[in-house]
Amino acid sequence: MADRNTFRLMLLILGLIFAFLYLPISVLVGLSFNEGGLPTAWTGFSVKWYGELLANKDILRAAGNTLIVAVFSTLLSTILGSLLAVGVEIRRRNGKWLETMIFAPMIIPDIVLAIALLSFFSLLGVKMGLHTIIVSHVVFNLAFVSAVVRARLKSFDWSIVEASNDLGATTATTMRRVVLPVLMPAILAGALLAFTLSVDEFIIAFFTAGAGRSSITLPMQIFSMIRFGVTPEINALATVVMAVSVVALALSQRLNRGGLPGQ
Amino acid sequence: MTGPMTTDRRPMLLMSPALLWLFGLMVVPCLLILVLAFFRRGMYGGIEYTFTLENIALVFDPLYAQIFLKSAWIAGLAAGIASILGYAAAYAIAAMPRHRQSALLFFAVLPFWSNYLVRTYAWIVLLNREGLIVNLARWIGFEGELPSMLYTEQAVVIGLVYNYLPFVILSCYAPLSRLNPEISEASRDLGASGWTTFRRVVLPMTVPGIATGFVFVFVLSIGNFVTPALLGGGQFQMIGNLVYAQFLTANDWPFGAALSMVLIMVMLGLLMAQATVADRASGGKAGDNG
Repeated sequence: MADRNTFRLMLLILGLIFAFLYLPISVLVGLSFNEGGLPTAWTGFSVKWYGELLANKDILRAAGNTLIVAVFSTLLSTILGSLLAVGVEIRRRNGKWLETMIFAPMIIPDIVLAIALLSFFSLLGVKMGLHTIIVSHVVFNLAFVSAVVRARLKSFDWSIVEASNDLGATTATTMRRVVLPVLMPAILAGALLAFTLSVDEFIIAFFTAGAGRSSITLPMQIFSMIRFGVTPEINALATVVMAVSVVALALSQRLNRGGLPGQ
Repeated sequence: MTGPMTTDRRPMLLMSPALLWLFGLMVVPCLLILVLAFFRRGMYGGIEYTFTLENIALVFDPLYAQIFLKSAWIAGLAAGIASILGYAAAYAIAAMPRHRQSALLFFAVLPFWSNYLVRTYAWIVLLNREGLIVNLARWIGFEGELPSMLYTEQAVVIGLVYNYLPFVILSCYAPLSRLNPEISEASRDLGASGWTTFRRVVLPMTVPGIATGFVFVFVLSIGNFVTPALLGGGQFQMIGNLVYAQFLTANDWPFGAALSMVLIMVMLGLLMAQATVADRASGGKAGDNG
């Protein structure tokens, strides 16, 4: 009897926590489809606020910038991160310093990296813009990609590499024909994760974008819009941004799980 | 074919582009901050390359030390509340049937992956003067002037808890799910009540998970500048906003660097303490009551 009550209590706790986690964003999503746009009254379902988004030049340009930043930083960090992961796992015995350096970008607070990069670029006299955001995003992205790929390599059967070598394949061929196909799901999952992180990243982009409005990214645009208050347009934009990250993340999870049979 | 020389060199070759990237764009810039903190501010906001301890001293000036304490208080509050809620959630998930647990965990963490600004903005929608909560209160029949909930300290704490709660759920779930149910059963068989079993057996064994969650929320909160800027309005500053201002508006980089340096020290100290707790817990001293 006591156990049953405990179980009910647990269900209640879960219900409350999930409500706390999901109610705020659900309200946001709901309001973005409200014709009147106000939280005071529901005046009917409408996608007109999404139409407004498409007519807003600032938002479109910011979205374009975000896409450029995300695509290039994803490409770079996927290559660097995957190579890093393979190297680290072949080498196996890595010093504590090396492990810390690879792990650091994932836990270092954004604001610290942001001001460090800002000081660095301006002392070097680098003109800042989308390119500085891209190289800065690669710093943390490559760490995430390498973490995902390394996880896959932990269960990698290295004897197939030896077999390939014994059969006369060169190292390059072995990499291309044996290692790469096995790692591909993890590499793609890592790339998708990097893409999401880059699309969502605000603080580092904010600090390394330089002056002027030409290199504003979507999160920067959202930040400046939010400061002026609640509008139905932001609700719609927020819903779109949220949907993109959730879809990319779900895809990434799926890729990483469904690899080769037996893994 | 694969001599010791080649096996040692090739992995290094694969790793070097990424390591160079991290060295050039993470290690060097972070060291630069440390160096910058000891220089003087130039006349027109630039940097004068003479050694000084003034910036560090200024951090401990009551005016700024107070902001540090305030930030630590808010971060501590957020971390404390998040730890309690997160632990309760993780405990409840671990009490569910095994085959449902991973799905529950996935959905508990999912909001964590959506945009931070959006999640914070959601609270502006709820808390603002014409927001949902005020409307709900009016609808229920509450009349008269409602106190503004947005742009308060509480709003900032709620925002931080909301944003980082999934993190604590994850860190608490790990030790809770590894817990052997037979240990709790043994405790009950020996006559302990459910509450005593929880307090004396389950809780001590899962403290490292709480410690990890608490420290991470604290570290992420104390340096935060987005949440105070959006949910706190201009009402009060946290250390992150102060750092932000030094770099982007006040143009006192050496002082900004000094502030960051102290902030990094606090964070590193806490992370190291947390690592020690985790180490000691996994060192097989679970039965140690001292």
